[in-house]
Amino acid sequence: MKCVVAGSNVKVLGKAVHSLSRIGDELYFEPVESGLALRTVNLSRSAYACFLFNPLFFQQYDAEAPKEDSQFRCKIAMKSVQTIFKSLSTLEKTVEKCRIDLNLERSRLVFQLLCKYGITKTHKLSFQECESLQAVFAKEECVAILKAQPKLLVDTVMNFPATLEEVNVTVTGERVLFRNHLEEEQDITKLMVTEMSLAADEFDHFEAQEDISITFCLKELRGLLSFAESSGLPINIYFNDPGRPVIFSLDDPVLEVNFVLATLSDEDTRPHEHTVSGAKKRCPPQADTANSTFLSDDIDAYMIEMETTGLEEKQELPADMPSCSTERGTHHALDCFQENSGSDTESEEDIPGTPPQKKFRSLFFGSVLSPASRGPDQTLLNQEVLAEASDEDEAPK
Amino acid sequence: MCTLRLTKEKLFFMLTDKVANGGVSMWSELLQENFFDEFQIEGISLEYNEIYLELAPENLSRALKTAHNAKSVKIKLTKKHCPCITIAVELPSLSSISRVVTHDIPVELISRRLWNDFREPSVPDFDVSIYLPPLKTVKNVLDRMRNLCHVLVLEANMNGEMNLKIDTDLVSVSTHFRDLGNPPFREGTSRHFQGQDQDPESLTEVKVDIRKFQQFLAGQQVNPDKAICNIASKRMIHIILLHEDVSLQYFIPAIL
Repeated sequence: MKCVVAGSNVKVLGKAVHSLSRIGDELYFEPVESGLALRTVNLSRSAYACFLFNPLFFQQYDAEAPKEDSQFRCKIAMKSVQTIFKSLSTLEKTVEKCRIDLNLERSRLVFQLLCKYGITKTHKLSFQECESLQAVFAKEECVAILKAQPKLLVDTVMNFPATLEEVNVTVTGERVLFRNHLEEEQDITKLMVTEMSLAADEFDHFEAQEDISITFCLKELRGLLSFAESSGLPINIYFNDPGRPVIFSLDDPVLEVNFVLATLSDEDTRPHEHTVSGAKKRCPPQADTANSTFLSDDIDAYMIEMETTGLEEKQELPADMPSCSTERGTHHALDCFQENSGSDTESEEDIPGTPPQKKFRSLFFGSVLSPASRGPDQTLLNQEVLAEASDEDEAPK
Repeated sequence: MCTLRLTKEKLFFMLTDKVANGGVSMWSELLQENFFDEFQIEGISLEYNEIYLELAPENLSRALKTAHNAKSVKIKLTKKHCPCITIAVELPSLSSISRVVTHDIPVELISRRLWNDFREPSVPDFDVSIYLPPLKTVKNVLDRMRNLCHVLVLEANMNGEMNLKIDTDLVSVSTHFRDLGNPPFREGTSRHFQGQDQDPESLTEVKVDIRKFQQFLAGQQVNPDKAICNIASKRMIHIILLHEDVSLQYFIPAIL
């Protein structure tokens, strides 16, 4: 494996690393035939990002694995990669080329920055071989598709405080509303509520079959926005009902970027979204999502939630099942994660359109749930449960 | 939290003298017609046609920051989930329809019987009144002194001279200003002035917390035409900023 990035593309690579570092602590590095994939996922598995650099992005690109039978892929500490690309202005001014090499004898991934005046900076990073990190999502299935120039979203997000965790986006008729999401435990008599309304024709593309309101974390989006702003690429936004991930993507002939963020699900939409994704059943958008109640970002809750979601989706619960009256909704962790190893990886690239139902692999439990082997009455109990389910998080019976 | 008082002619922003805040208080007056094209107020009665409310000033400043290139800004008192000041900002957009940003700032209304707590602080009887040097210069001096000592000695006389001093075991630093000028007394203000009989050369000194003084300087977005400093020995310094749209008074208690 060997690749060389030249000229202004070094800065693009650096910006990508910056943007990824907003999300995860580990960078998944995977050179494949179709290009170099840099991926990360956040600690609570609620946000995933992937930059796929086409071979044309590089001056020289060779994905060939060191050993014939296996595909090389690894993860490296985000901090060390960040250090290499720390100063974007230096990258722009002095770095002429960046060479990435694999030194198998020493087990090091070597980044070389070839600078002006013949200076070469070499960073040898230790790595850990790992399984492929993939989120499977289907942009085509999304009922709302928006396309916007990065400036529009940057200007919008600017109106919200930097400390704001989550933002709520409502698409209704010919308008898109952004507002800050309020946690249940927050004292609304102390917090400033900000709302921004954009006309549909400010978007390059606006397609929403019905009114939808979703809530997701702003921090990760800011990472994408800074990349999009510098590259000037329009941002495509794909989303569905609350609880299902929202996908932000950038497309360029030499680069494909996908950010997948979990959205908050709420009590009213929960029973419906647990039906098969093909059956597009939806309840009317909430008039005031700010008042609906949510669970805080509790990782344990994510885990349980993810596991139960997986089961439910497989079981294809009838649409008329009694609506579960769980008192609170939660963030749906991205229930479409796979951590694959070995041979079946290539067939399951995170190409948009791969159906999420194929196989459900939990990133948390490392288990594979195959639909056939699971009876409807099987519960979490025969799994190694890392966190006890509280009453509220129990799967609907 | 700061208090906003609205009347037909004026807006007042006040920070009242509370020991918990370090005893610093602030009073500012804005003439409504200098800021707004349209202004409507309906107080509790014709007799008391005023509104008193409490809000977090950082919310207000953050909301107004997003409005710097706005086409228009509307400020209303609204009833949402709680009483709010709603700031509706109309921003230019790429389409024919403007972007609209609204900020709801929670406020607490202050009932009529507490209004008396928010009267204009009385001007202290002072010993010296002098114009301050340019605030930027003062800020530069204090930023350096602060690293050495937290107590600032400010002394001035009626001959336009002022010294900023710090004194520690290791070092004494003093910055001298002269020809600053002393404001003339108008009818009514002279009664606060106690130093008529004293020698114009003799210096009156007061000690204040250097950080309190810095806070006041850091908050200066309005560049005043003139700043007057009144020194009440052993009690406080009283600073008045004069600006065409705004008047601002600042009270910093003395350290004994």
